[in-house]
Amino acid sequence: MAVLSISQAILDGIVAHARRDHPDEACGVVTGPIGADEPTRLIEMQNAARSMTFYEFDSMEYLKVWREMDDRDEEPVVIYHSHTATEAYPSRTDVSFAGWPEAHYLLVSTRDPETTEIRSYRIVDGVVTEEPVRIVDAKVDPMAVQSYMFGQSPTTVDYECRS
Amino acid sequence: MAIEVRIPTILRSYTGGSKTVDGAGDSLGGLLSDLDGKYPGLRGRLVTEEGGLHRFVNVYVNDEDVRFLGSLEAKLSDGDTVTILPAVAGGAFGFAALAALAGR
Repeated sequence: MAVLSISQAILDGIVAHARRDHPDEACGVVTGPIGADEPTRLIEMQNAARSMTFYEFDSMEYLKVWREMDDRDEEPVVIYHSHTATEAYPSRTDVSFAGWPEAHYLLVSTRDPETTEIRSYRIVDGVVTEEPVRIVDAKVDPMAVQSYMFGQSPTTVDYECRS
Repeated sequence: MAIEVRIPTILRSYTGGSKTVDGAGDSLGGLLSDLDGKYPGLRGRLVTEEGGLHRFVNVYVNDEDVRFLGSLEAKLSDGDTVTILPAVAGGAFGFAALAALAGR
């Protein structure tokens, strides 16, 4: 089964970005080496729409970041954005636009000021498949990592993180 | 006239897996017609039935977004590079409502 493995530090960075831009939607990408399925470099993107209900990568920033990825033999491993008043589930708009079939689409909901909801999906040919999010950290004892496992059932993935 | 076209992963099924292809044309519209002869179906993913550039893609000529260069009318010269990227956009708002607001 597909799973998103991501470090706590990167996840914290994504949540901090989403909280900072609230009530506007925040968006960004986490790149990693091509084929490794390993998100290593967090890039916060401008939301060119600057909207509470819509996001769009700034066109010129996107080209620059894409070239940088290409030069480094990286690909977008995670594409994230926040929903600021609704649940962390892809909207029809999200599904229409999803153009990176290899990427994990990570949604962060900041509607609750205390609790951040984080869920991950694959979106391929208009079909949304939720997947568990697993926190990995090389510095953490592998046995201890298991206590960070969540989202065992893909239909009820719900990672709660106190801000 | 050779123009290098960079193809995103999602469209490589049309180019036999190639990351870059060469095409010809003195405008973006001409280039896409030329490419469609070699890679049938590719143009249909980039151009709407109404004949405009699709909202779901970003297309660049060298360092410029073609939306600021006249879209399909954007002029091309030998040695230009055209980059196609899937637009990264979305959000909580329904697309239909958004389109209605934008008057499209």
